[in-house]
Amino acid sequence: MKNRYENSVGLVQPQTCTFKEPIHLVCGRQLNEYQLVYETYGSLNENRSNAILVCHALSSDHHAAGYHHEDDSKPGWWEVYIGPGKPLDTDRFYIVCANNLGGCSGSTGPTSINPETGNAYGPNFPIVTVADWVSSQKNLMEVLGISQWAAVVGGSLGGMQALQWSIDFPELLRHAIVIASAPKLSAQNIAFNEVARQAIKSDPHFHDGYYYDYHSLPQGGLSLARMLGHITYLSDDAMGSKFGRALKANGYHYGYDVEFEVESYLRYQGSRFANQFDANSYLLMTKALDYFDPAKDYGDDLAAALAQTLCRFFVLSFTSDWRFSPKRSHEIVNALLTHNKPVSYVEISAHHGHDAFLMRIPEYITVLTTYMQQVAKECQL
Amino acid sequence: MSAMTLRPDLSIISDWIQPGSRVLDLGCGDGTLLAQLRETKEVSGYGIEYDIDNINACIQHGINVIHRNLDKGLAEFGNDSFDYVIMSQTIQAMHYPDRVLVEMLRVGRDCVVTFPNAGHWAARLHLALKGRMPQSKALPHEWYNTPNLHLCSVVDFESLCHQLGIVIVSRTMVDYRYNQNILLRALPNLLGEIAIYHIRKK
Repeated sequence: MKNRYENSVGLVQPQTCTFKEPIHLVCGRQLNEYQLVYETYGSLNENRSNAILVCHALSSDHHAAGYHHEDDSKPGWWEVYIGPGKPLDTDRFYIVCANNLGGCSGSTGPTSINPETGNAYGPNFPIVTVADWVSSQKNLMEVLGISQWAAVVGGSLGGMQALQWSIDFPELLRHAIVIASAPKLSAQNIAFNEVARQAIKSDPHFHDGYYYDYHSLPQGGLSLARMLGHITYLSDDAMGSKFGRALKANGYHYGYDVEFEVESYLRYQGSRFANQFDANSYLLMTKALDYFDPAKDYGDDLAAALAQTLCRFFVLSFTSDWRFSPKRSHEIVNALLTHNKPVSYVEISAHHGHDAFLMRIPEYITVLTTYMQQVAKECQL
Repeated sequence: MSAMTLRPDLSIISDWIQPGSRVLDLGCGDGTLLAQLRETKEVSGYGIEYDIDNINACIQHGINVIHRNLDKGLAEFGNDSFDYVIMSQTIQAMHYPDRVLVEMLRVGRDCVVTFPNAGHWAARLHLALKGRMPQSKALPHEWYNTPNLHLCSVVDFESLCHQLGIVIVSRTMVDYRYNQNILLRALPNLLGEIAIYHIRKK
């Protein structure tokens, strides 16, 4: 078991920070108090210049690297990219990753007890947006004694948070690293989210979101939502090379049971996810995605939204990503070019689809390492 | 990186650039020119590059580099958004060099273009005597693996400029080591191996 801790941050322990000051949310509601669960890797240097915020995507959490227990079968979700000697090098950087508000891994969310009622928030948990996440992350930043992030980094929905950071708190970050992301969802993206939500809401165990009260879980619906999502995370090629038309058993059975490997894989992914994620949280995360559109307040002009940013940008996309295709990254890059903002852009050749941002891809590792070395230089490490 | 080590053609280009300008370098390679211009002339701007190793080198130089295929045009850049648009040793590898020139002059006030001169005497002799496609130090590839789709001579280039209404502000000819001499100035199309043009729209 020792070997797997090599080049890893090893055993890590989540921490919790409770905020007693109310947070005013974009939806008009507020949370009088809330907590964020987070992990940190590496150590903050003397001049506090080496802190990096990693923002997570739709269904991940604060556990970005290392292991919680000796017998954990899997490390954190970005183990390939965070650790000693890795692109986000924990020998140089102090890395912070928090579970987003509304999540279900320890930060205040629908499964938390509403102090005003003594019951779980459930469907009454206010809708939180990407901007709300960013302002809660800023509160955490203050608690941790960090005055400026060396970089805010994220893939997919995490990249949206990095973008939002650059707009909302321009002077609080030196680099925004936006990976496999988009400046807003397309109609197709929203459509997929809506199907996922309907899958959950139409599950008879959902009970309008009050399933905790009924001691039931809409696992079928959540599993379906995940299966659908999972298809959009992979490319046709990636699925083809992983499963093709391989069968579980020999020959066709001419029935409706699982026969193809891909069916079995999706069902497994779906039910595994449904066992560990909360359906109300999932609904909320998909809405946060749908609502994300920083250009909206600037007359639908993304360039105008990004005009007051002060950080440098590094935007990455993946050729086979059709959920947030390279075109969507071009929108971000082009908007930055309009006002001469410092930006570099790389399109990585990868067949993995949207999930590529989590994968071990040599070209991706190389450019991200090179970029982070530049970031490190500026930290006077 | 000092001016002393800069490739001579880049050093010629560098001399033409006004301090503090905004520069777009098309096919910027490893970012040497932009890095040099940033240090010596405080220019800002972007490089555009397609090769991932070059992009990595640009990032290492701290250059803003955009991964893009130049054949797809410069639509993302507004009119006159740069003081200079530079294309060094790349135009001959473009699918539509004429369109590229028009785009460059739309985006930039001044443009610098360098290319290997197919009118050089050695290239002419190669074809005339050996009956084979020209090869030289400036044109090292075989016909089947050359990235150079649209080679042209100095005369060809100037005729295209005339056709497109492009003003040639200045021209410098160098040999394959990028050195200048008086003979190159006297007989540019015959003796010059690499042409360096400063052009502008009318």
